[in-house]
Amino acid sequence: MIENEEKHVLTMLVDNKPGVLSRVVGLFSGKGFNIDSLCVAETIDPAVSRITIVTQANELVLEQIEKQLRKLINVIKLRDMTGSRAVKREMALICIRAKRENRDEILRLVDIFRCKIVDVGPQYYIIEATGDRGKLEALIHLLKPMGIKKIARTGFIALYREPD
Amino acid sequence: MKLTGAQILMKVLQEERVDTIFGFPGGTVIDIYDELLKTDIQHIRVRHEQGAVHAADGYARASGKVGVCLVTSGPGATNTVTGIATAYMDSIPLVILTGQVPTHLIGNDAFQEVDIVGITRPCTKHNYLVTHVEDLAQILKEAFYIARSGRPGPVLVDIPKNVSAAKTTYKPIEGVSIKSYNPTYEPNSKQLKEAIKLIKDAQRPMIFAGGGVILSRASEELTAFARKTHIPVTMSLMGLGAFPGNDPLSLGMIGMHGTYQANTATASCDLLIGIGVRFDDRVTGKTDCFASQAKIVHIDIDPTSIRKNVTVAVPVVGDCKICLQHLNRMIDEAEIQDLEAKLRPWLEQIDDWRKAHKLAYQQDPDGPIKPQYVVDQLYRLTNGKALITTEVGQNQMWAAQYYHFEKPGHFLSSGGLGTMGYGLPAAIGAQIAFPDKLVVDVAGDGSIQMNIQEMATAVEYELPVKIVILNNCCLGMVRQWQQLFYGKRYSATCMNCAPDFVLLAQAYGATGFRAERPSDVEPILRKGLETPGPVIMDFRVEKEECVYPMVPAGAPITEMLLA
Repeated sequence: MIENEEKHVLTMLVDNKPGVLSRVVGLFSGKGFNIDSLCVAETIDPAVSRITIVTQANELVLEQIEKQLRKLINVIKLRDMTGSRAVKREMALICIRAKRENRDEILRLVDIFRCKIVDVGPQYYIIEATGDRGKLEALIHLLKPMGIKKIARTGFIALYREPD
Repeated sequence: MKLTGAQILMKVLQEERVDTIFGFPGGTVIDIYDELLKTDIQHIRVRHEQGAVHAADGYARASGKVGVCLVTSGPGATNTVTGIATAYMDSIPLVILTGQVPTHLIGNDAFQEVDIVGITRPCTKHNYLVTHVEDLAQILKEAFYIARSGRPGPVLVDIPKNVSAAKTTYKPIEGVSIKSYNPTYEPNSKQLKEAIKLIKDAQRPMIFAGGGVILSRASEELTAFARKTHIPVTMSLMGLGAFPGNDPLSLGMIGMHGTYQANTATASCDLLIGIGVRFDDRVTGKTDCFASQAKIVHIDIDPTSIRKNVTVAVPVVGDCKICLQHLNRMIDEAEIQDLEAKLRPWLEQIDDWRKAHKLAYQQDPDGPIKPQYVVDQLYRLTNGKALITTEVGQNQMWAAQYYHFEKPGHFLSSGGLGTMGYGLPAAIGAQIAFPDKLVVDVAGDGSIQMNIQEMATAVEYELPVKIVILNNCCLGMVRQWQQLFYGKRYSATCMNCAPDFVLLAQAYGATGFRAERPSDVEPILRKGLETPGPVIMDFRVEKEECVYPMVPAGAPITEMLLA
């Protein structure tokens, strides 16, 4: 990690057109910026999509990333969601080995972390968990010793809190 | 009224007042070429699609209008890529129309299919694939609007064959606005006030002008600003002509092959006002040492240019022309007294630097021809009035150093991308824009061969472009690096096998001359410039001549090799 690099959550509203995601992602690869996670879906307006990108950058690089993204013709609006002014969530599906002796513990963790078990098999459970980074990291940390078979994470989505 | 896509294209081109298209036909654009016949739009059929884009680029740089090219799908489209990247790096407004296979075949690896929108995404300002004829008019209007507004650039529109053939109702589109694209023309007045304050306080101020001044046609305003404030002006390669090269306040070019006084003054100034520049590495050298004593004011229409390479004290986002108009007014209103007296010691210091290391060469009357001598003579014979295009390398640098550009739009050169083969097709485009002006391509024996096929275009359309080849039988600039930094190991840079350029000119139906001795230079130039039609002048110049000053790549710009 380069000096002073911090994680930043950027969300942008973009035209929901073919090739737009490629422009955004191509900008990151072409300019040597990095992407930690990426999440894209349509908004309430079907002509507009929301892209959320988590990137690591120092202040100067972040400024370039934001300016370069704003320069793209298809980017309508961009906001830095880092900090507490925005609600940020990520979802993970965690496939965990459900040994008989561990099942109570798994259920207890699922309860404490307010997750759900969405699939139950003879040897594995799939847990659906939603939360901010701290919560998911903590859950994964606690589940790990029992044997996480595989995991799928969505990457962050974020919304700015509307003022009162 | 129902029109085909091809007919709609013609309508929009006429609405946009396009008088000339540079292109090369092919299977997917036959419908468009068929319609083109029915219009009065002039079509210049080049010999290679790269030539079409460079020609449109030369046309755009010389005239300030949007250059337009038309090529077919597949190889036609891929051949445009170097030209597009050239225009993108130098912010030249172009609209490139490419044919595409019919929509139902896209993705099928069809004959002459290529994803040109994907390929050119990083080297266009924007690009489009038209999938429905109903969208065509809107997309074309947007393309022209995007190409010429804000920081200009190339825009590509990919038109499948069935879209040009399909019919739809055509309604002219009035005015284009794109909600996510609103370039900032008007600067923030608070920032301008900051700039004025810095000018007031500065003891050693300096202006650094670039291509943005030329693109926004702000030369007059810049000249007024410099003369009003008595601040000396240096220019990037792209900025040559933005300020009169012979003005006492001109320091000449900055950077790797910049003048001694420009580079030294940059290192010593306490205020650097960058206008329409992007602080490219060929300008700054080692950025930590660049203008290290100066506060930097940076005026540019593209926010991404600001704080990209250097730290800026006062960023100003806006159109160069509008910003300079404001600054000129504010300087008048501020009634700053005695600016001239205050800056006199600084200007005298600069004059001393200027005298200490002038751009110079020694032409021995019995020795080989010095390439600088050729450019110098060209400057004298044309009174500095010719439109000069260049290739890339030593020829480009000598043209930049020894042809003292007085006006904008007279030095057409691939600055950012550094594209060899640019000069001849660009000269063709410039000549189309200004049929009565003298257009000269200053070339090297290496680069001229990269698009030499366009000689046929010049001959066909009777375009009297004059080509001055500084023939040193090698790829001079790379050879210079090898000579200076790689122990004279001339790996792959000697070009002893080249065509006889005089005979080559004749083979194309043009005229060729050769100069082998210094005493030949003036008469051959005179004869070449007077001969009607395209002319190649082959000057056999000294092989191991180097461009000086030279700042080694990555060094501070004060570390100049002077000879």
